[in-house]
Amino acid sequence: MKPVGEHTRRSILVVSRHAHPGSSLPRSALDTALAAAAFDQPVTLLFQGEGLLQLLPAQDSRAAGVRNLRKVIDSLPLYDIETVYVDAIAAAAFGIARDSLPASARWLDTAGVRQLLASHDHVLGF
Amino acid sequence: MHLTYALLVLASPTAGHGSLTAARFARALLARGHRLQRVFFLDNGTLTGLATAVTPQDEQSPLQQWAQLAEEHQTELVLCISSALKRGLLDATEATRHERAAATVHPAFELGGLGLLVEAAQTADRLVTFG
Repeated sequence: MKPVGEHTRRSILVVSRHAHPGSSLPRSALDTALAAAAFDQPVTLLFQGEGLLQLLPAQDSRAAGVRNLRKVIDSLPLYDIETVYVDAIAAAAFGIARDSLPASARWLDTAGVRQLLASHDHVLGF
Repeated sequence: MHLTYALLVLASPTAGHGSLTAARFARALLARGHRLQRVFFLDNGTLTGLATAVTPQDEQSPLQQWAQLAEEHQTELVLCISSALKRGLLDATEATRHERAAATVHPAFELGGLGLLVEAAQTADRLVTFG
């Protein structure tokens, strides 16, 4: 997380709050983050609420005929998105253990989430 | 102080009032002298640009609201091309390219890549999402 003012470019926080594949928004959130990274713009991803379900391991969506988003999330470091932030309160609510999340996941308590929201120039809620 | 705004519309024009609220917000900020750089429609928001949508007479048509805004203020309305194509929203070029019978995008809108949203984030003082 970069504090505002460290760069002249405006930082973007993409907040993903919906589960996949029940909604098309998770895919759009990832596409937006990847587009920002492709243009070398500072972008951060935060998963909140049902959005955390995108991070569950061992997803097999082949039979459903949709893309496995966890694979896309696992590939984010290739696009220089090294860290994804996870709302620890939501993780507790869904009973999601730390070791089931991607290596790039960093847990945030409520104060951490607040700080993340406050430290970005633009917040895009998906 | 006058600011430069950009809007991101994710809301479907047929579910809830997100799209209409965004159009009213756009009018309000222009009325106060702010600049509206671009409106970027993404995900189900791209359905807003469907030229063939028919809204019941006793309901407000999001398509009409946005088209009027574009006509009166030359507002740039961009539909995310990948979201749009998936939903059958094609301009003449895309209809030809994908061998579809007709173009379905209203002329007030144009198709464009996510790079235009990224660019708006870099140049706008405020980027407001309507989900």
